[in-house]
Amino acid sequence: MAIIECKNVTLGYDGLVAVSDLNFSVEEQDYFCIIGDNGTGKSTLLKALLGLKRVSSGSIVLGDGLRRNQIGYLAQQTEVQKEFPASVREVILSGCMNKRGLRPFYSAADKKRVEAAMETLSISRLKGKCYKELSGGQQQRVLLARALCAAERLLVLDEPTTGLDPQMTTEFFSFIRQMNAEQGIAVIMVTHDTHCAVKYSKHILHLLENDAFFGTTEEYIDSELGKKYIGGHRHD
Amino acid sequence: MINTILQMFSYTFILRAVVVGGLVALCASLLGVSLVLKRYAMIGDGLSHVGFGALAVATAMNWAPLEVTIPVVVAAAFLLLRLSDNSKIKGDSAIAMIATGSLALGIMIASKSTGMNTDIYNYLFGSILAMSRSDVLLSLVLSAAVLILFVLFYNKIFAVTFDESFAKATGTKAEIYNMLLALLTAVTIVLGMRMMGALLISSLIIFPALTSMRLCKSFRSVTICSAVISVFCVLMGIALSFVYSTPTGASIVTVNIGVFILFSIMALVKKLR
Repeated sequence: MAIIECKNVTLGYDGLVAVSDLNFSVEEQDYFCIIGDNGTGKSTLLKALLGLKRVSSGSIVLGDGLRRNQIGYLAQQTEVQKEFPASVREVILSGCMNKRGLRPFYSAADKKRVEAAMETLSISRLKGKCYKELSGGQQQRVLLARALCAAERLLVLDEPTTGLDPQMTTEFFSFIRQMNAEQGIAVIMVTHDTHCAVKYSKHILHLLENDAFFGTTEEYIDSELGKKYIGGHRHD
Repeated sequence: MINTILQMFSYTFILRAVVVGGLVALCASLLGVSLVLKRYAMIGDGLSHVGFGALAVATAMNWAPLEVTIPVVVAAAFLLLRLSDNSKIKGDSAIAMIATGSLALGIMIASKSTGMNTDIYNYLFGSILAMSRSDVLLSLVLSAAVLILFVLFYNKIFAVTFDESFAKATGTKAEIYNMLLALLTAVTIVLGMRMMGALLISSLIIFPALTSMRLCKSFRSVTICSAVISVFCVLMGIALSFVYSTPTGASIVTVNIGVFILFSIMALVKKLR
């Protein structure tokens, strides 16, 4: 059964329709990429999937027992965060919040989880550093570590490689793939990097101005649309 | 020096002011860190004006001031929170409108009641003499409640302050904690208003947070540092007002300005080295 089921979803912002009549589903352990040109409503759709935005019509249902507090989320950075006084550890720990329920303080297990996430992303040495003094790439990794702490069954990523250099981008994608394969955590990713999307994903949702493609990655590669986009973006 | 301090504490009203002022300063500074970072500082200012209006009505009608003002300001806090979260209405202007509106209404009511001119002055700029014994007790209980709730929800307040969308997306009910923050702020402002004055109480929320952000690097150190700064400034301010017979609220703010400048210089020196 699907962990997220979208039926006839229409989304809008500022009175404009961003996405209309969309149907797709995300499977357990899926690797699901949302691609498309700017302004086709990728981020808006992601916000709706996360329950941050209401759908104008249609329905988005979490299925298969997936609860909100099993979701990790890596958002694009906000203005507030750029000058926020917080240590790296404090930021990552807040990823464990959703498992705490009403219990007020973090447990030793939570702290271990944080250590492990920092280890994985090789940012352990930044632990006591101030978040706002880090470079863009380091900040991105801190936010990813926080998302990892929160993600039990699903990891949602919005343009995760913004601010990362090419080598870190490659490392990042292989890390996400590994996590998806080994721990069985489903991944939903919005990206403008069509090549990486095709390389790693299992399903692709390509949003167009008034239309959308949804299918497996193989189907996408064989489609007219896929040929056009993958061909058009090749630099060699 | 020691004589002055001993002499100061021999007055009951000073003792009351120190107790209530210290507690309110503590609450205000803890909440202030979150409010400043969330860009909610204007809400504090707006609430104090609403508080002034409510206080004027309560006095004119001969009702118990704190017991009437607190619920009114709490209601206003929820309203202002909704306004500033709703991007369609210009949050800032809406807050300013409500603030100045209730200030004006308060002044109208106060001026029509008998012998209110000194009272208006006291409400606007604060008076150290305003505290009765029962006020002190109520302040003790309420500020203890604010402190306990703050400590219990500290981690959640951090999560919601740092990244509300993340908190919401991952299953934390951010709205509830925003409301909690608004509620605690409303209570704190009403408690501190009569000593600090409606025009100056929001300084207790804003100054210590901004001051400690000059130097501190983590949320926890900012929080602790602003608590210490805030209580220190209130005590120094009360002493200053006692020695030079200046208004208490203004004296406290003056000390806060001094500490802010000091911290700014220290941050600058640290940067240059």
